[in-house]
Amino acid sequence: MSKTYEYVPEPALVKGNHDFKSLTALITDINMRPTPKGWYIAFGISNILLFVLLFSIGYLIWEGTGIWGLNAPAGWGWAIINFVWWVGIGHAGTLISAILFLFRQDWRTAINRFAEAMTIFAVMCAGIFPAIHVGRIWVIYWVFPIPNQMAMWPNFNSPLLWDVFAVSTYFTVSLLFWYVGLVPDLATIRDRIKSKIGKVLYGTFALGWRGSNRHWWNYEKSYMILAGLATPLVLSVHTIVSFDFAVSLIPGWHTTIFPPYFVAGAVFSGFAMVLTLMIIVRKIYGLEEIMTVDHIEKMNIIIMVTGSMVGFAYLMEFFVAWYSGVEYEKAIFILRATGPYAWAYWIMITCNVISPQVFWSKKLRRNVAFTFFISIVVNIGMWFERFVIAVTSLSTDFLPSSWGYYSPTFWDVITYVGTFGLFFTFFLLFLRFLPMVAVAEIKAILPQADPHNYDEKGEFNPPKVEIPEPVKDSEQKG
Amino acid sequence: MSKSTVENNMYGILAEFRNPKELVDAAKKINQNGFKKYDTFSPFPIHGIDKAMNLPKSKLGWIVISHGLVGLIGSFAMIYFMMVADYPLNISGKTLLNIPAWIPVIFELTVLLSAFGAVFGMFFLNGLPKFNHPLFNSENFKKATDDGFFVCIESDDPQFDTEKVQTLLKDAGGTNIEEIYDN
Repeated sequence: MSKTYEYVPEPALVKGNHDFKSLTALITDINMRPTPKGWYIAFGISNILLFVLLFSIGYLIWEGTGIWGLNAPAGWGWAIINFVWWVGIGHAGTLISAILFLFRQDWRTAINRFAEAMTIFAVMCAGIFPAIHVGRIWVIYWVFPIPNQMAMWPNFNSPLLWDVFAVSTYFTVSLLFWYVGLVPDLATIRDRIKSKIGKVLYGTFALGWRGSNRHWWNYEKSYMILAGLATPLVLSVHTIVSFDFAVSLIPGWHTTIFPPYFVAGAVFSGFAMVLTLMIIVRKIYGLEEIMTVDHIEKMNIIIMVTGSMVGFAYLMEFFVAWYSGVEYEKAIFILRATGPYAWAYWIMITCNVISPQVFWSKKLRRNVAFTFFISIVVNIGMWFERFVIAVTSLSTDFLPSSWGYYSPTFWDVITYVGTFGLFFTFFLLFLRFLPMVAVAEIKAILPQADPHNYDEKGEFNPPKVEIPEPVKDSEQKG
Repeated sequence: MSKSTVENNMYGILAEFRNPKELVDAAKKINQNGFKKYDTFSPFPIHGIDKAMNLPKSKLGWIVISHGLVGLIGSFAMIYFMMVADYPLNISGKTLLNIPAWIPVIFELTVLLSAFGAVFGMFFLNGLPKFNHPLFNSENFKKATDDGFFVCIESDDPQFDTEKVQTLLKDAGGTNIEEIYDN
């Protein structure tokens, strides 16, 4: 068998002719330049949406959950859908920062800071919904094990309480992980910024970091342990979110496939959201040499893989419903595809199962504009997935006499739209004031950072790509 | 330690090196010369410098596991107290000691406490936050968070001798050698 082999070397992680100094300047100058006009416009729009959110929450507290479209039989609607959607988006950030770190995927350094910020703000948006949906928000502290006037404790056997612990732990750990990563970069800005106020503020949050290698030694250990902790944590969080459904007895919810299926869906939608934001930001801030097309391609492959996992889970649900022999279980899956919510179901299938399959084509994987389009399609699809799960099972369950059609109200819609205001308000503040690429980490992956890439005299000697000889047929047999 | 350095309040002598490789070599050399109180500074962690500086294993793992165990045992004890001892709720005669259902919360609190240990333990071991430091008196040292690689031999070291240290640093390839004062 004769075949011509072509060796494809690993592409450089940072494009362009960058050294340590130019990378520092490229990233941190963004924070030290005067604020661009476009930023104020975007921030203004986000603020308006944020006020929409605050107003709709205020009205909800004043008037009660009756302003939403919830009623028998659908007692769960947009609030839970939005909660699961936002939490799911957040998971990509932890995947990039923790799981890819443990797998030594050095390309993650270009996007991890960015994705972690997205995680934190997405979890904030998510956390709003379970908090405000309780009706009597002034006794929300009952979900925490705090002594109260009834001398009762929260029920630790309840999946909804597990959710409280899972999401609040997830938020806290993500925030700590993000901050630990930020400390050396805040020190970089502290040492470069000219303004007095900036020096004090960045200096305070940099905690006096001075790049000591005795410190880096503990720091790296801490970072690795945090990555090791965040990995099972992120898997547990969406598992527990899926328990909200799976531990109940409603047809279409009571399935063991939910935890892995929810986690795959979360990573799928989260990567899409990272791409949506990243494609805009790399263009505006001129970071194309750091967030390269190679990164986009790698992320698209992850979208394709997780999208296929989600598609497989949809098929498996159908199979298990048939195989279980339970009438209600079978009925709900047929109703999803053909019943009153068939439109939502087929939007979901088109966006989540079909659309990511286009990334088998290398050309489309590397097409930035097309990727942007698909990333939005995927996020729409994942919203509809949660809609299909939450709404169909409730509105058409055991007794046909109590079936009903669920529609959201105006307040459902504007609360959801308002969460984008919250998300982008924080995200824009992040882009303005914090280094959006992990400066210290990205320097460490440059070839100049490795002491082995220097010769005896201490001159930089870039590593030569060794092209391996193709394995000969005779060797393979022997 | 000579008398004059104490009077002068000298913190140590700082030298700059060109790149990670030279920093690692310098650290090796200083370590071989028997210095104990010195440190190297770089904008990012350098592969292999722990060996060159002969750093002992980080104690952080022990801090994290002790926090994790407190989280594990503490959360179990808390739930046991609330669900079994203090306010038992009889739900259709089901067992009160329902451990499988408690696993999610116990797991989350174990992770939470371990993460606190990992973050605050790291800052504790590093002696941070520490908002001022004699090294911040050096204008050149600002490069340590950008593209500078530094070594500082501290005057606390029993072998410290201004001239000896200066020659050592110069021989190792150090430039911009300056004396750092604590004032």
